[in-house]
Amino acid sequence: MAEAKFIANDKLTAWLDELSATMRVLAPARQGDAVVFAPYVAGQNVELGQEATAPPKSAVFPASEDLLRYDYRKNPEDLGQVDVELFPTITPEPTLVFGSRPCGARGFLIFDRVYDGAKYKDPYYLARREATVFATIACLQTENACFCHSVGSAPGDATGSDLLLTPLDDGYAVEAVSKKGEALLGSSLLAAGKKKAAQAKKLREQALKDMGEPQDFGPAKDKLLALFDDMGFWEDVSAKCISCGACTYLCPTCYCFNITDENAGLTGRRVRSWDNCMSFQFTLEASGHNPRPTKAHRLKNRVGHKFSYYPALHEGIIACCGCGRCIKSCPVSVDIREIVTKAMAHEPPAVEEAAK
Amino acid sequence: MTILTQLKEQITAQLPKLDMVIGWERGYDALHATPLFMRSVEDVERLQIGPLAVHNTATYLTGLKNKKVGLVVKGCDSRAVIQLQQEGLINRENVVVFGFPCDGVVDLTKLRHHIGDIGRVKEVKASSSELQLTLDGQEQQVTLADVLADKCTRCRFPNALVHDHFAGAPREAHAASDDYADVQAFESQPLEARFEHWKQEMSRCIRCYACRNACPMCVCRDHCVAQSRDPHWVTQEDAVREKWLFQVIHAMHLAGRCVECGECQRACPVDIPILALKRKLNKEIKEVFNHDAGVDPNAIPPLLSFQVEEENINERGW
Repeated sequence: MAEAKFIANDKLTAWLDELSATMRVLAPARQGDAVVFAPYVAGQNVELGQEATAPPKSAVFPASEDLLRYDYRKNPEDLGQVDVELFPTITPEPTLVFGSRPCGARGFLIFDRVYDGAKYKDPYYLARREATVFATIACLQTENACFCHSVGSAPGDATGSDLLLTPLDDGYAVEAVSKKGEALLGSSLLAAGKKKAAQAKKLREQALKDMGEPQDFGPAKDKLLALFDDMGFWEDVSAKCISCGACTYLCPTCYCFNITDENAGLTGRRVRSWDNCMSFQFTLEASGHNPRPTKAHRLKNRVGHKFSYYPALHEGIIACCGCGRCIKSCPVSVDIREIVTKAMAHEPPAVEEAAK
Repeated sequence: MTILTQLKEQITAQLPKLDMVIGWERGYDALHATPLFMRSVEDVERLQIGPLAVHNTATYLTGLKNKKVGLVVKGCDSRAVIQLQQEGLINRENVVVFGFPCDGVVDLTKLRHHIGDIGRVKEVKASSSELQLTLDGQEQQVTLADVLADKCTRCRFPNALVHDHFAGAPREAHAASDDYADVQAFESQPLEARFEHWKQEMSRCIRCYACRNACPMCVCRDHCVAQSRDPHWVTQEDAVREKWLFQVIHAMHLAGRCVECGECQRACPVDIPILALKRKLNKEIKEVFNHDAGVDPNAIPPLLSFQVEEENINERGW
């Protein structure tokens, strides 16, 4: 990899201006009282001091995208005969996600195993994924809801990122993690930063230490499965859940979608949009039957998918990056860590001894 | 005896006759309370009240039909109970209400304005006039009045308006009436500016529907117009038009029903100030029908009733 670089605080805007001249740059921007990833406009302030309210998920996996457009054409000779013409719509834009946290970039590693797997390849996802670069900022302070170190990551984790920036007093240490990242280091605004990189490494290690002991969620895989039919447990832990979808839409690793045809007269679009397992419609079948009729069934799926079913299919990897948004943005503070911990500690009631 | 101790005693005494009592307890950190479902005496021990107990416990009521439910309520929560009763959406006999005098709750968004990132607060001590926070090893004082939710600063009903048990002595209201000054100030802007405001605010909506699910009056839930596939009223696109359409539908359905507990806005993960839409419609309802939602259990919401000639609508003069 290329030698580490350094960008001074007062040159950061100029660097972003330079980068945004050649590609779409998504950076955290303040909108009202929230911080969201928005297209960077030259000269604008970016909010790098805190974790963004919403992760950069939509950079690669938009909240809605056209899979195709279609036109119906009636045959003027025979009005009963209608032809349909299809227009494909894959149009990825080269994109730099600047200022996400390690958890936000790492989330796509969970996506990759699904959309870029051995069995299935999702062309829409792949095209965007290929066109996107991540310049990530290491966390030197973590929040109460953060638990990345308990799911195999760390506040300075560079996995899934292309560049890793570490905040220093006067600027950022900039280290390339991939070839894609290395290609972004050509700017004359960047200074040499070998010493800064050593300093940055120490700060990142300290941040991890500050998080305290990680939890071991490994045993959750089998424990959650064993609890599958124990609806009493799930009704108890989901009692306060209001069954909205905030946790899933803010999650960097949630990848479920819905497909609808949005018609307008004789033209229309086939739209893929975020869907979420907290919603009644998610598993509603055409017959009217719903295998997940209550919020207890639905929360069971969300926790089970992340900590049991996904790890069972993917070498024990937990489908959670520990960003904590599902906890801190939950309107009623449902804590997924608490549910998994409860499940791991749960002892099934002793089976009464068979008649002696 | 403190109000909390008194509440705990009242709840413990009633618990054997109930499936559960809903209140609040400390959440994942010192700043976040979380709803508490009490089923045993040990659960009652965890009960907390105070300025961090923000959630409206009545939100759960319509999801617990056929259960005997106890609710610990602030004044605004009690208005939701009354409103649900007015509309025949709950059986009041199945609900036992534990009221107490509320001093107001903290708006965490406002607190963020005062202390910056609220995600690292380690300890919170609340008195009736201030919050003492420990953040990054430093102690900070914040005056409660500076971070109270707006609904609390104009609160007319701090004591539960309906209750089967009441702990403590009723307190005085912050305000005698609501002049909707915030709505009027917004309305004084040109139409284009107002529309631009909403377009910008709605652009970051993630369509999670936390606003809907947190609302005690939003009772269609699984059959909501926003997600119904058949008919497909609202598209699934991530477009301001669709998000805005939903908010307008939501607000219209709440005209004269919204008790202004502010849960929609509090629940919004991206802080969209959507309570304003509901307040606008309540202002109109107040002017035309002189009706306050959730105040009188025997009143009928104006949009759920019909009169050939309304007193304040001059139909024949048009």
